[in-house]
Amino acid sequence: MVGWVDTIVQGVLLGGLYALYATGLSVIFGIMRLVNLAHGDVMVLSAFLVLVLSTAGINVIAAAAMVAPLMFVLGYVLQSLVLNRTLGRDVLPPLLITFGLSIILQNALLELFSADSRRLHVGALDTASLALGGGIAVGIMPLICFLVAIAVIVALNLLFFRTTLGRAFRATSDDVETAQLMGIDNRVIYAIAMGIAFLICTLAGVFLGARANFDPSIGPARLIYAFEAVIIGGLGSLWGTLAGGIVVGLAQTIGAHINPEWQILAGHLAFLGVLVVRPRGLFPRAVD
Amino acid sequence: MALLETHDLTAFYGHFQALYGISLTLQAGETVAIIGANGAGKTTFLKTVVGLIKAQPSAVQFAGEAIGSRRAADIVRRGIALVPEGRRLFPSLSVEENLLVGGYVSRHSGPWGLERVYQLFPALAERRDAPATALSGGQQQMVAIGRGLMSNPRLLLCDEISLGLAPIVIRDIYAVLPGVKAQGTSLLIVEQDIIRALSVADRVYCFQEGRVTLSGHPQDLTKDSIHAAYFGV
Repeated sequence: MVGWVDTIVQGVLLGGLYALYATGLSVIFGIMRLVNLAHGDVMVLSAFLVLVLSTAGINVIAAAAMVAPLMFVLGYVLQSLVLNRTLGRDVLPPLLITFGLSIILQNALLELFSADSRRLHVGALDTASLALGGGIAVGIMPLICFLVAIAVIVALNLLFFRTTLGRAFRATSDDVETAQLMGIDNRVIYAIAMGIAFLICTLAGVFLGARANFDPSIGPARLIYAFEAVIIGGLGSLWGTLAGGIVVGLAQTIGAHINPEWQILAGHLAFLGVLVVRPRGLFPRAVD
Repeated sequence: MALLETHDLTAFYGHFQALYGISLTLQAGETVAIIGANGAGKTTFLKTVVGLIKAQPSAVQFAGEAIGSRRAADIVRRGIALVPEGRRLFPSLSVEENLLVGGYVSRHSGPWGLERVYQLFPALAERRDAPATALSGGQQQMVAIGRGLMSNPRLLLCDEISLGLAPIVIRDIYAVLPGVKAQGTSLLIVEQDIIRALSVADRVYCFQEGRVTLSGHPQDLTKDSIHAAYFGV
């Protein structure tokens, strides 16, 4: 029995990591209906940038704080200079651009860092755990990751529902043409949204690198988990994305508990199961 | 100098030409109405003025500045607001949020703010937290007009604001327009309801198949001339 409770607790915490993977994707899709196929690779890029700084002796958290604004600018510039030119009625051009970006990032990282597996080390936190009693303990890093995922979603909700910029995001998401009639420049809104998504990718990249090994090729696999979390949660819903991440995380840990070979498969089966029962996800937006 | 002036304005949807050499002027403080049947090019004209459809740069002049090739967001910042046909409220925003987003570019100081709009449309104040699309059609039109005013525009473009509304609601909506004009906002109204348009306008233009077929002061236009210009018979 303790084993099952432990499995569920670990699954929920793993869901926090997947939610972090997915939140940026959800923001981008929610605001501009753009699917960024390079999202996983951007997380890996962030992890490598943090690795470079931490290898130079900078604490991982301080390195992340330095990389995050850089990633925001990178996302802003990418959207402004490249992706804004492809947005229109046809969804294919931006999809192809991000697919190409994914290949470029993977190969550039491979060229710069080789195919070796790396790991971000956060000192004592790497192995620290918190005993919950009853023979169950949770790792401090997974717990921090889960709390950060919640904090990110709370912050994004505050941004979207309590600020002028947030209203502009939601208005642009609802009706981009009418939003322009309010004086909202959709190109700037999209660029800020992409910047925010890249900033969240930095956080996701840090936890990706701190929880497991990473190499230049693992981005697409993480992208699939992110997609599953977003779609299970309901496109464009941030809390839904957290729920989606938890569903995938739970399914994987439960699958692994039954048979270690089933871990990944169980996550995908849960995704398909939710799609069959609720094709629009668990918490679809009222307006799509 | 006219507040708004178009010279030989043409507009296209792809290869389809929707406007043929429209020349129109609107002086500051004026209310000008554009009447015409469905497909006459009235909405296209407004969309071109606000930059949703690109025109030749100098074909549209606002306060002496060529704005024909500017983007809609830039034009709104210069002091033109559009109340679009069908209201186009933001469904995920509440009534108050719809109004606030209308003031996103509040670079123009002026009389219009949240409380002033609520004074103009008291019914909205009671439902400020409701989703905008949960309101009745008339109340939604009030939100659309209030949202347009929130940027304190020098020129408010109103596209078919009576469309789909009950006569008593249309009367209430039109009753507020003189108050808007009195605050210094010029009005360009597109309307299929000829009598309603003539009752508020200082000058009228009639469009037919993308061309101006008649213009003048309402009192100078005869019923027959309007009939001929409107229907082309």
